[in-house]
Amino acid sequence: MKRGRSKETLKDRLELVLAYDRAQIPPGKVDALRNDLLEVVRRYFPAGNSSVEIEQRGDMVVLMANIPLDEPPATGGRAR
Amino acid sequence: MNAKVIVVTSGKGGVGKTTTTANIGAALAKLGEKVAVIDVDVGLRNLDVVMGLESRVVFDLVDVLEGKCRMSQALIRDKRVENLYLLPASQTRDKDALDPEVFKGVVRDLVEQEGFSRILIDSPAGIESGFKTAAAPAEGALVVVNPEVSSVRDADRIIGLLEAQQVSEIRLVINRLRPKMVASGNMLSEADILDILGVKPIGIIPEDEGIIVSTNVGEPAVLGKTKAGEAFMATARRLKGEDVPYPKFEEDRGFLAALRRLFGGA
Repeated sequence: MKRGRSKETLKDRLELVLAYDRAQIPPGKVDALRNDLLEVVRRYFPAGNSSVEIEQRGDMVVLMANIPLDEPPATGGRAR
Repeated sequence: MNAKVIVVTSGKGGVGKTTTTANIGAALAKLGEKVAVIDVDVGLRNLDVVMGLESRVVFDLVDVLEGKCRMSQALIRDKRVENLYLLPASQTRDKDALDPEVFKGVVRDLVEQEGFSRILIDSPAGIESGFKTAAAPAEGALVVVNPEVSSVRDADRIIGLLEAQQVSEIRLVINRLRPKMVASGNMLSEADILDILGVKPIGIIPEDEGIIVSTNVGEPAVLGKTKAGEAFMATARRLKGEDVPYPKFEEDRGFLAALRRLFGGA
């Protein structure tokens, strides 16, 4: 377990869980949506590591889908 | 805060609502206000023991609501602080004995007939009817939160419900903060909590064994000399509009800060 700066982990977890709470969406539902979205996207492009998340943007809760295409290979360096 | 009627709440139990109510109530009275603290936790009353007034309870809130006694008979005057009164909850009834509208009327009487300048309502834990009744007459709220995951999450939920109930002035009381853990990055700081919840703190109370001693003997900490007592006193001053700076708790990871910590400096 990572000690030392555990509050950063807590902050990330809280921000995520509160976004789901406020939007009244169970996180599992977003998981299912991610799988569905990926399935559709892959019919058209090779898509790799994707993230679909609920995020707090000021007063708004938004659904963020980040789907890097596999060509060229994802470097993982792109922010969000 | 402009609100005369303030509910003290948290969602989660055990974070220090009752201690906060007792101490801020006593502090405001010490600062010259005429204060009534009301325990709305029907069936699980505790404000009386935390304040050390349990032996003087004869009538309670439900008796007043049902017209079984006069308000003046149920109000217990705290002899240690001038102008501090407790309206205890009923220990034998259940929460259905409290009707929000009737409760609103009682609180209105306290302000308009009995001349109280501040009413603090100690809410039960949870988000059900007891909380809703407690919040019904409130114009403002103190949301007590501990710097840990479940308390912060529940505070967020309570803040949403308070906003839905048109409680306009909402402030946080961050309780049981451990400055050393904040300094080492293992506890949320005041700034982190403000960031996450979007509600401003009005008080930061450090974890303090003195609080246990003061509740053991039934004397609000603001009447003695403890770190937490001082922090509650400062909170009450801010509540009255004074600009009281916070002691420095923020994380400071530099070498000098480490030295300062080592030698017991602030």
